[in-house]
Amino acid sequence: MYAAIAAPDLQGHAAPNPARAGPFRGLPARGGVGLKPRHFQQVLDARPDVGFFEVHAENFMVDGGPFHHYLGRIREHYPLSLHGVGLSIGAEGPLDETHLDRLSRLVERYEPASFSEHLAWSTHDGIFLNDLLPVPYDQPTLTRVCEHVDRIQSRLKCRMLLENPSTYVEFSASTMSETQFLREVIDRTGCGLLLDVNNAHISCVNHGRNAAAFIDGLPLTAVGEIHLAGFARDQDAAGAPLLVDHHGSPVDDVVWKLYERVSARIGPTATLIEWDNDVPPLETLLAQASLAQDLMGERIDPRQSEVRRDGLS
Amino acid sequence: MSSGTAMRQADFAAALLDPALACPRGLQSCNGSDPTPRFAVHRNNVVGSLVEALADTFPVVQELVGVEFFRAMAAVFVRHSPPRSSILAHYGQEFPQFIAGFEPADPVPYLADMAALELARVRAYHAADAAALAPQSLSLALSDASRIGELRLVCHPSVSIVSSRHAVVSLWVAHQSPDEMAAIDIDQAEQAIVLRAGLDVLVLRLPPGGAEFAQGLIRGESLADAAGGAAMAVRSFDLSAVLALLMGRGALTSIHLPGGGQT
Repeated sequence: MYAAIAAPDLQGHAAPNPARAGPFRGLPARGGVGLKPRHFQQVLDARPDVGFFEVHAENFMVDGGPFHHYLGRIREHYPLSLHGVGLSIGAEGPLDETHLDRLSRLVERYEPASFSEHLAWSTHDGIFLNDLLPVPYDQPTLTRVCEHVDRIQSRLKCRMLLENPSTYVEFSASTMSETQFLREVIDRTGCGLLLDVNNAHISCVNHGRNAAAFIDGLPLTAVGEIHLAGFARDQDAAGAPLLVDHHGSPVDDVVWKLYERVSARIGPTATLIEWDNDVPPLETLLAQASLAQDLMGERIDPRQSEVRRDGLS
Repeated sequence: MSSGTAMRQADFAAALLDPALACPRGLQSCNGSDPTPRFAVHRNNVVGSLVEALADTFPVVQELVGVEFFRAMAAVFVRHSPPRSSILAHYGQEFPQFIAGFEPADPVPYLADMAALELARVRAYHAADAAALAPQSLSLALSDASRIGELRLVCHPSVSIVSSRHAVVSLWVAHQSPDEMAAIDIDQAEQAIVLRAGLDVLVLRLPPGGAEFAQGLIRGESLADAAGGAAMAVRSFDLSAVLALLMGRGALTSIHLPGGGQT
């Protein structure tokens, strides 16, 4: 019924895979969209044919009111992807255990099919910077990120997905590539990969790399979800193109092509259209998700439509 | 090694919030160009997204001063008081106080109170759910005249009181339907109770003394003490009118009887 998350290559590593005993079933191999408050009522009324909804965990860390009211009802009809933006996995400091507790309560309450977070940091010295900030790819950072991922997976009793970032600067301290770094984290912790194809394209343009080769260098068997989004164009001090991840426009043709290419390699995979700024009508989001589903190739397993029928009954 | 990393994140964070600081050390570009414009993407993301979060919470404040002024003011606030939590629904608690002390906003003396009202609305929107008190519970509790004064009335978790020397409630209402902008005497003091009933946030004008009374209840005072305080502040305080309003709109969730009983 649900696409299984391919197990990562754990050979030679002692780290247990918490997913095996965990509650996360994985998302259906279909197109999904971000759930926006302005669409709550429309989603409940129209019950659009979409594979899943994704929400930012931090938006639902409130005591009560309409957010919980609607998410509870919408969750009755759709699989949910819980996507964190505030754990600050790449931070030098320890994880915020209070935040982890809040996250754990959300997981218990809404039983998401997947939980994901970013290879980035956003909090320093108690200040939340509300951006996904880059980390150097060196040994101390690798050790720290793995400790944080281990802690999250053991606290949530499940396997999480880690998302590749969009980056604008590089660190002179880095001693390995981003693909090497991600591969190490996934090998050591048993976490999965949230492959953000838009981020891959942005980072590769910004750092003069080939995006297709970059994606090929990732541990693709660990991909549990794909993100697609729009970007903005800027330029750096030398006038070279600088792409900025802004989640405020349709998915670019270049990103669709990369998506088609990776889909052909790994098969149909849960794919989210991210659109967080200048949010368009729900129909626009659904059309992009539907396009992603068409480009996944391979017909959807007919058993998966049972999920939807159950939801609609 | 780890202390080197620590330095970098501290430098990075400081430079994000302070445009006067140089781009942190240790950054590079693949083409060897100055990384400053690249780092600026993060500076813009941080300040821009937090200003956006404030604009979402304070739409009428933004309408009152215009987008350009609001953005500039909010950016100063963001750099001065960045969030201490990743739950942005709670961000901006100190914004009304900041506005009150923000000199360029002095020509709009009611701006800080409008911010307080809008903050109360967001707080009410996300507050814990709780069932409103059934009308018969209050009647029952009030039937024992000898002990009325000792009753403690508990307000819904979403309740806030906004008191202003200006007509910010009327102004807020007018901004919800600008076509019907009525003449407002801005120097008229107004008080409001802000709460959530079901899924809807309500902003209701309170009669004289109502704010003092409700604040007494929120502080945990007995009915007699809250009413006494309100009558002291406002001679025309009408207890039954205010109680009817609070009951009618679902602002109360329980009554504690003397001796610890509850209904």
